[in-house]
Amino acid sequence: MVSANSDRPEERSDQRYVASTVAQSVKILIVGAFGVGKTTLIDSVSEIAPLRTEETMTSASVGVDSLAGLDDKSTTTVAMDFGRITVSPEVVLYLFGTPGQRRFWDLWEGLAEGAVGALVLVDTRRIEDSFEVFDQLETRTGMPFAVAVNEFPDAPKYDLEQLREALDLLPDTPIIGCDARNKESSAHALITLVEHALHFPASQKALT
Amino acid sequence: MDDYRDNPVRPYILTSGRAHPSRNTIRPETLLVVDPDAPPPVSASREHRALLDMCRGVLSLAEAAAHLRLPVSLVVVIASDLVDSGHLSIRSALRHSLPSAELLEKVLDGLRKL
Repeated sequence: MVSANSDRPEERSDQRYVASTVAQSVKILIVGAFGVGKTTLIDSVSEIAPLRTEETMTSASVGVDSLAGLDDKSTTTVAMDFGRITVSPEVVLYLFGTPGQRRFWDLWEGLAEGAVGALVLVDTRRIEDSFEVFDQLETRTGMPFAVAVNEFPDAPKYDLEQLREALDLLPDTPIIGCDARNKESSAHALITLVEHALHFPASQKALT
Repeated sequence: MDDYRDNPVRPYILTSGRAHPSRNTIRPETLLVVDPDAPPPVSASREHRALLDMCRGVLSLAEAAAHLRLPVSLVVVIASDLVDSGHLSIRSALRHSLPSAELLEKVLDGLRKL
């Protein structure tokens, strides 16, 4: 993944610590397949340079479907990149970028619990990579989510409603185009998700 | 495939063999800060001391883990020990439900100012 922050490091706080007035933290999961631009999106809006944390998983818990070519290895390191936005003097928002499969989320203690929701990044060149993500979000978490189509320059252009159909999204699920390298565009995608979470039916919240 | 690379098995000996924390109230986004009034721990591992040193200001567990280059799963165990012993405070209350509408509005306001 290419970092897109070279033009704005001076805007970044060199302050490692969260402001002492902050007493609440919330999180959004940035979910998507490898190389779809999760870290790029986080990088474009985060007030700190994205941080990386790693967990080790054994091949037994990795499964057999997603690590072609790595099946001789007994352990695998899975990385999670994340960023931070202080949204008010009292509240800080974390953006955790995680692979789509729920078994990866479980590597990080309580990662999926209590999240505002998930922003699913989709690459139109590899739509099928995101099917498992939607299955998990809809059937296993009940978490509100929105879909952001990361518009890679060489990717085929689709009408968003065509994509909604191809992805078999529920009518209420927001889907928007996004340039993950662009701060305003990434912020707009996050706003779309949070607005959706605000209006998410309470009955579905009970599933979490 | 930059999300993957080989690595030896982590030394869970650091947590006396425990894979799970003594409490389940700490998550990656949980804000931690050292209790400045607590005396230094009498017997603490290098990692326990490193986490206390890292948390001189308010920091999420995930950030502390990333700066210390330790896995979140390990730092959760260490942080739980230090909360239990009174050296580390949990700054942010843990929610068991989804964030309230009031909190979401604050997040929206902040995002709109980006």
